[in-house]
Amino acid sequence: MSVNGTGYEHDVEPRTLLVQHLRDNMGLTGTHVGCDTSSCGACTIIANGETVKSCTLLAVQCEGAEIKTIEGMATNGKLHPIQESFREHHGLQCGFCTPGMVLSSWQLLERNPKPSETEIRHAIEGNFCRCTGYHNIVKAVQDAANKG
Amino acid sequence: MGDLIGKSVKRVEDYRLLKGEGKYTDDFNMANQTFAVYVRSPHAHAKLVNVDISAAKAMDGVVNVFTGKDIKDAGIVGSICGWQVDFKNGDTMKEPGHPILAVDKVRHVGDAVALVIAEDKGTARDAAGAVEVTYEVLDAIVDPKAAAQDGAPQIHDDVPNNTIFDWELGNKDETDKAFKNAHHITELSYHNQKLIPNAIEPRAALGHYDISDDKYTLYTTSQNPHLARLIIAAFVLSIPEHKLRVVAPDVGGGFGSKIFTYNDECGVLWASKQIGRPVKWTADRTEAFFTDCHGRDHVTDAKLALDADGNITGLRTKTYASLGAYLSNFSTCVPTYLHGTLMQGAYITPAVHVDVTAVVTNTVPVDALRGAGRPEATYCIERLIETAAREIGMDPAEFRLKNFIPPFDGVKQPGYQTQVALQYDSGNYEGTLKKVLKNAKYEKLKKERDAARADGKLMGIGFSTYVEACGLAPSALVGSLGCRIGLYDAASIRVHPTGKVTIFAGAHSHGQGHDTTFAQIVADEFGIGMDDVNVVHGDTDSVPFGYGTYGSRSISVCGNAIMKSVDKVKEKGARIAAHKLECSPEDLEFENGSWTVKGTEKSVGFGDVSLTAYVPHDYPENEEPGLDFTSFYDPANFVFPFGAHICVVEVDKDTGEVKVVKYFTVDDAGNVINPMIVEGQIHGGLAHGIGQALYEGAVYDDSGQLLNGSMLEYCIPRADNMPLFETDSTVTPCPHNPLGVKGIAEAGTIGSTPAVVNAVIDALSDYGVKDLQMPLAPQRVWAAMQQAK
Ligand code: FES
Ligand code: FES
Repeated sequence: MSVNGTGYEHDVEPRTLLVQHLRDNMGLTGTHVGCDTSSCGACTIIANGETVKSCTLLAVQCEGAEIKTIEGMATNGKLHPIQESFREHHGLQCGFCTPGMVLSSWQLLERNPKPSETEIRHAIEGNFCRCTGYHNIVKAVQDAANKG
Repeated sequence: MGDLIGKSVKRVEDYRLLKGEGKYTDDFNMANQTFAVYVRSPHAHAKLVNVDISAAKAMDGVVNVFTGKDIKDAGIVGSICGWQVDFKNGDTMKEPGHPILAVDKVRHVGDAVALVIAEDKGTARDAAGAVEVTYEVLDAIVDPKAAAQDGAPQIHDDVPNNTIFDWELGNKDETDKAFKNAHHITELSYHNQKLIPNAIEPRAALGHYDISDDKYTLYTTSQNPHLARLIIAAFVLSIPEHKLRVVAPDVGGGFGSKIFTYNDECGVLWASKQIGRPVKWTADRTEAFFTDCHGRDHVTDAKLALDADGNITGLRTKTYASLGAYLSNFSTCVPTYLHGTLMQGAYITPAVHVDVTAVVTNTVPVDALRGAGRPEATYCIERLIETAAREIGMDPAEFRLKNFIPPFDGVKQPGYQTQVALQYDSGNYEGTLKKVLKNAKYEKLKKERDAARADGKLMGIGFSTYVEACGLAPSALVGSLGCRIGLYDAASIRVHPTGKVTIFAGAHSHGQGHDTTFAQIVADEFGIGMDDVNVVHGDTDSVPFGYGTYGSRSISVCGNAIMKSVDKVKEKGARIAAHKLECSPEDLEFENGSWTVKGTEKSVGFGDVSLTAYVPHDYPENEEPGLDFTSFYDPANFVFPFGAHICVVEVDKDTGEVKVVKYFTVDDAGNVINPMIVEGQIHGGLAHGIGQALYEGAVYDDSGQLLNGSMLEYCIPRADNMPLFETDSTVTPCPHNPLGVKGIAEAGTIGSTPAVVNAVIDALSDYGVKDLQMPLAPQRVWAAMQQAK
């Protein structure tokens, strides 16, 4: 599979989840694990252009896939505009949900560049944040949409 | 001094967190590490007949398996309770032990019975499944009030009636008198339900005993690494304290649940010495539901007495508080000193009496959770107030304004002595209420509500005007109340030769933005740039002994320790500057990063002075080199933030679903260092408080099974459940600390739960619904409407 633009080959145990593979075998610890029921969204990544919860996929299912994780969002150390909006609007506190939130927001704006507040809330309802009350995350996504 | 304090400086920590470069405990690995999995009881109350580990131990890749007997034989006890609250009659509090692995009995679902260590996590899980445990199931008890009654199943042999202590505060005789003479009495009985914290990062530990230097290291998800070290070293594992390093790296939220030193983390560290290799354990979410300390769980009867003019004359409460199956570190102070002492609220209630019975139940231990005791107190008062206002036909805002304690700044007017021990530092309760009434356009809002009702829609307006106590706490005071630790904090400021600065903070950031706020204070005071300052926290090998972050104490306790060190740097800096400028320090003023001889142009800069301190060639006599100070700050009093909330809800007539459509706050946390961060804390706090009112709550059946022990069944607020919040503030500085700051991380939670419930009750007033039990889930609201019909 390719991860953040580089091709890799690995042998993995069949039961290895994609998130475990990314974290434990590839050291990409920006993808987080917050649950065991596919509920929290902390593990969200992009596979072949679509966001998925990487705890719901086996690594072997991703053979040949193009994967992008949070580590692949900034270019040359410069934050992606969505990341920049999160910073501007204090859309993160502890940062644990943040990688997943940023990627889900990215997906939303890919599909719907000018979302309403309701559409934003709907798009990130599969990502739990226990710190921000979502207020500033919504503001950040609105800002990213306005800039984009 | 400078222009950084009070400014919404963007957070320093965000770059790394946004890029996925945060380092949380589970992101750390060590060479040769092993993986631990705990085997946990599926029963709430059972005798442990046998634990057979033979099959598990024989599996390929299993390193070792430990049972309760192994740990007991090693002479290891479990974690401890840090606050002693004795019975009313003077008898000592009951203190049943909490072994790391159960020995003869399990007392809640999730109680650990064995510890499996393997080469990889998958094998450890498989082997955990191969441990054969034989239980003899016993009757369980989960209801806090029922647990204290005769005949209830007894959970610990040495705790009759499951009662850990009973406790009271206030003036019973005066309160009885107030109720005897009352013109009107308002009564409420409710369950302030059990909540499950659910920080999004699960707890984790990576323990390592290094034989080469006889030293232990523990990476762990802690809000207070020094306290963890003290408890583990001195009380649990008997390790010389200097031989244990505890590191809490980035922590993914805590909300109280990561204050405590849990047995699980201690077990990991102990096991690493037994097997001679690092051991890593990361809780999965199911384990978090069954082992992270829960919050609340109070069963309360409350009464408010009024005279004929609508003046409050007395308040009386009786609470049964569950502490869960075992006493967690601070479980005992939550329903007492963090709850009973808050029962004055914002009102001149001349007689208050609070009675609390603390019990054990067959449920997950209960301890501090965002607000810890103060949300329970505020819920009680603010529900009573609003119900009383409705009963006597007075507007709830007017009723509050009539009964408020008048403004006092703690300087010209003295602090306010409550009936329940505390002395409030400063407050202007009518100030916040009047402002929020204006912001919400209350008169217009009422008309909208009435129009909506005429239109057949259920709209409701609810208030809450809270006072809370945070910034824990004067050590001698809490010591006299049974606290077994100090509650000061510490900070070092190391000015480097080139004038750059490192702050070593005893507080620990797990989302609060200390890297930014603390740096703002120091950069502002020294007249240097934000880039010239960095903050180190979370590592007991480098930071001074502080008590960590909880109870909204970082800025008011650690922030003021920083200020003390700032002052020491400035004083010594002035002596060095005076030497260079050939004057006396009194002739100097420090501004914009330079010491200047008053009334002249002669000055010397901060960097010049710091370089001189480390290259002391031309130097004052008898002055030590260096510019590096550590200070400990023990607060003179708690700090008492306050505020007024207005919640507007709509209730769906057909489904009973409640929607928060508008939420207004005016909070007063004294002086503010970074308004952006403060508002963020309020937003997060509101989500927690609204979550309790509408969505969250542990559901146990009578056998002690937790029926909603996963994120699929326990309703954590989602983005589409929350409104945008309209926050505002007033500023009434704290009179007793140098920064004039209070605290804000819990205020949103404390204030919001009753405001939401009050709003729903208002919406349902035409149905005659007077009270509803939380959470106000659609089926409950719908059923209440049907019943009323
Ligand atoms: S870890 Fe994948 S959704 Fe929670
Ligand atoms: S920032 Fe902490 S969970 Fe979202």
